[in-house]
Amino acid sequence: MDYGYSLYLTGPEVFLSVSGLVLTLIAAWGGRNAGRLCTILAVAALFGASAITASQILGDTSVQGAEAFGGLYRMDAFGGLAKLLIYLASIGCLIVTPRFFAKGSEYRPEYPLLMVFGSVGMGMMVSAVDLMTLYIGLELSSLSSYVLASFMRSDDRSAEAGLKYFVLGALASGILLYGMSLVYGFSGSTSYGSIRAAFDGTLGTGALFGVIFVLAGLAFKISAVPFHMWTPDVYEGAPTPVTTFFATAPKVAAIAMTARIALDAFGNQVPAWQQIVIFAALASIVIGALGAIGQSNVKRLLAYSSINNVGFILIGLAAATTAGVSAMLVYLAIYVAMSLGSFVAVLMMRDANGDQVESIANMAGLSRSNPLLALCLAAMMLSLAGIPPLFGFWGKFVVFQAAVQADLVVLAAIGIAASVIGAFYYLKIVKIMYFDEPANVVVGKSEFSHWAVLGLCALVVSPLGYLLTIPLGMAANRAAQALFFTV
Amino acid sequence: MGGFPILSIMLLVPLAAAILCLLVQAATARSIALGATLANLALGILLWLNYDIGGAQWQFTEQAELFAGFSYALGIDGIALLLIVLSVFLMPICILASWNSITKRVGEYMAAFLFMELLMIGVFAAQDMFLFYIFFEAGLIPMYLIIGIWGGDNRIYASYKFFLYTLLGSVLMLIAMMWMVNEAGTTDIPTLMNYDFDPQAQTWLWLAFFASFAVKMPMWPVHTWLPDAHVQAPTAGSVILAGVLLKMGGYGFIRFSLPMFPEASAQFAWLVFALSMLAVVITSLIALVQNDMKKLIAYSSVAHMAIVTVGLFSFNVQGLEGSMIVMLSHGLVSGALFLCVGVIYDRLHTREIDRYGGLAINMPQYAMLFLLFTMASIGLPGTSGFVGEFLALAGIYEVSSVVTLVCTTGIILGAGYMLYLYRRVAFGTQKNADAAAMQDITIREWLMLGPIAAAVLWMGVYPESFLAPMRKDIATLDARLARAAPDGDAKLVAGTPRKTIANEMPHVAGEHTGEAAANGEAAEGAH
Repeated sequence: MDYGYSLYLTGPEVFLSVSGLVLTLIAAWGGRNAGRLCTILAVAALFGASAITASQILGDTSVQGAEAFGGLYRMDAFGGLAKLLIYLASIGCLIVTPRFFAKGSEYRPEYPLLMVFGSVGMGMMVSAVDLMTLYIGLELSSLSSYVLASFMRSDDRSAEAGLKYFVLGALASGILLYGMSLVYGFSGSTSYGSIRAAFDGTLGTGALFGVIFVLAGLAFKISAVPFHMWTPDVYEGAPTPVTTFFATAPKVAAIAMTARIALDAFGNQVPAWQQIVIFAALASIVIGALGAIGQSNVKRLLAYSSINNVGFILIGLAAATTAGVSAMLVYLAIYVAMSLGSFVAVLMMRDANGDQVESIANMAGLSRSNPLLALCLAAMMLSLAGIPPLFGFWGKFVVFQAAVQADLVVLAAIGIAASVIGAFYYLKIVKIMYFDEPANVVVGKSEFSHWAVLGLCALVVSPLGYLLTIPLGMAANRAAQALFFTV
Repeated sequence: MGGFPILSIMLLVPLAAAILCLLVQAATARSIALGATLANLALGILLWLNYDIGGAQWQFTEQAELFAGFSYALGIDGIALLLIVLSVFLMPICILASWNSITKRVGEYMAAFLFMELLMIGVFAAQDMFLFYIFFEAGLIPMYLIIGIWGGDNRIYASYKFFLYTLLGSVLMLIAMMWMVNEAGTTDIPTLMNYDFDPQAQTWLWLAFFASFAVKMPMWPVHTWLPDAHVQAPTAGSVILAGVLLKMGGYGFIRFSLPMFPEASAQFAWLVFALSMLAVVITSLIALVQNDMKKLIAYSSVAHMAIVTVGLFSFNVQGLEGSMIVMLSHGLVSGALFLCVGVIYDRLHTREIDRYGGLAINMPQYAMLFLLFTMASIGLPGTSGFVGEFLALAGIYEVSSVVTLVCTTGIILGAGYMLYLYRRVAFGTQKNADAAAMQDITIREWLMLGPIAAAVLWMGVYPESFLAPMRKDIATLDARLARAAPDGDAKLVAGTPRKTIANEMPHVAGEHTGEAAANGEAAEGAH
């Protein structure tokens, strides 16, 4: 085994881990005041890791991929693209964070540290081709997330969110581990390739249970119905930048990981899991849409929106084709821009005391007190609803097209009809911002860093985003081919 | 047009103006909007003048591979040309109509209208199915804002209803489009118009497209969003809604449903006829009892659109041409009627019919124009309404006498509710002092209504100008539909014309049989 080559293949993770350790030292000696410096360094480290990943994706061999450490880890275009999205989303979250905490002075250098280690874990999740690597990556990222959720220690809601997330996350990990042990027991291996070879032909009851438990555990991580109930509470309680992070990077990681395990390890058993995924997809779309209607807190509403979006992404997975995976990745990329944009817009809304405005009613008439912010948020909402010419439409378009190409016309028709329910509550936000009389609760100027991230996201979501369809589609196609290359 | 991308420029002008409008003060925004729409009108006239009648089917084509999965392809035939000209003709009038009545958030208002113009032109000019869909759907956003921000009391409810109704209709069409593209392997509309889908599949595809176009059209019983949206929208919003947005449904039928699924269209013609017959009678009766002027005109729109649908599904040239003319005429006439309502609404701020009366005394010029548009809406010969309705009903008469009979009652009922409206508003005693004190129309209002009146008379007296550009396209469509055309109950048999005209023939005693008389009349009619 060539360790040098393996280290090269795992380059982004190695680089980030080393950076994380250096940051730990800086944090230890610098104390609380090093928060800002650590953030800048963490952003730089994530940029470095993105650069390494990008160079790996652009390499000729990225479609065939290469395995490191004796088949524990796989570098290919699929993992690469997912990692790029994860790193960019983390960068976006980090940039908006320090200013958010500026008032409460609760910001500490541990925050960027946890983000960096979380990113290492997520990178491993999407590159894992062995159940052991997968579990270690998953736990690394989850443990970082639990701490991040309760980062505002003086705030009861934040502490509650962290605890809830931890308890339910541990339960999900248990389910996942149980499923993995069953899969190992019936296939005799933890490597995806061997599992695929072993799970050929008719699947025994025990092995089927293994598959179901693994998928149930993963469904928790991607907050798909019926394992979604933690999402609104955690999203509401966690500090808004952390919620931004939860809605973007870990979601990409969990979905990419699910796709790899479903299509690689269980690639010979598509009918066995396809119906589960179809159910989860439709249930997520419907519950995500219906649940959001009654919400009065914008963060809870966006939590349901993310459940809703996961449903659409799972439709791409249900297709179980190259086009489906490619569509999924395109949707994920657009989804990251939309979520990042909408949460950043939410965290920019503050009242006269500098407190967060989270109540939807207080956003009334925002279009007159803060027209640009309202315009950006309205664009995000309509884009999430999938109304052309905003870019969110393209995500839905490719996903449903993949479903139609895979002869899942009925699924596509039901899914898209259910998306109309979702349009209702996105419209509600637009209505409150544009039609209602101003409540004049939201005041104050926002920071440049916030505007920069929001502006970039708004640019992607705007009709100009359609110019990205060709490069994005090519990257996603390569990634999808890489995932299916082993099959 | 040697590579001059006139269609793209027609899209760019409103786009640039809309962005400008968002950034400037109210007065400047008004001028920018008027300037941009007038520039687009000039471009539209240029387009019409340069359109080569009888030339290639698709003209002014442009293509650019900017996107994955679909391309930026524009191009028009005669049908699209006329609808684009109608859109650009109505736009400056809409801007003028909102000149004084819109006082809050003027920049945003003008921007929304300019975006609408861009999207309307896009819908008619798109030659790629998904590009069409994007333009088609995107119109929801500005219209939602126009109704919701600048509308009347119940605007929120109306805006939601408008948005969600039309969205639900269209998403199913999107799935059908994806299936078609997957099957045919192209997104190019002209190619798809000649692609023969499996008749079994056509049934489902037709239904999915019908779901969208029927809501847009709107057909009974999915028309209920229209009266709400019309009543709550500002005047200019109603004009655009009635004038152009409703035409998207008809355009959809003529561009997609009929040529792409001829068999399914024939199979479902009974459904269209049944719904249209119900619509004509029911909505006309509802219109008779309305107290709100805008609601009355909205219901009359549904009735007129029903004539369009029966004409389209008659599968013959007269029906198709008639439907097109009804659409154009209705775009002008209903737009003008909404403007007429707007004129008096601006003065008295009520749409209640009872609050007016005897306007012919204090507003004679207004009463004259209002009368002209009322007559055009009824379909009086000499106005555009007559040409369209006559052709459409002549077309459907070949197919079914019953349908024609029922639909013709719509014209009679139409005369009923329009004349009743006119009598209550313009004639009689001046029972309300405030209504009696209203000033006659201003120059700005003349500028809005005058051109429409001229166009209505032009189309009524010399419809050839409007029929000529689309004659070849209608003939192509008719040929495409021929294989699925229903027999009809008229059972027309083409006779052999006589060599000489009747009065040059020598008189032979005893030739005055019925047949000769009929032939003679036919020959005279041909003069």
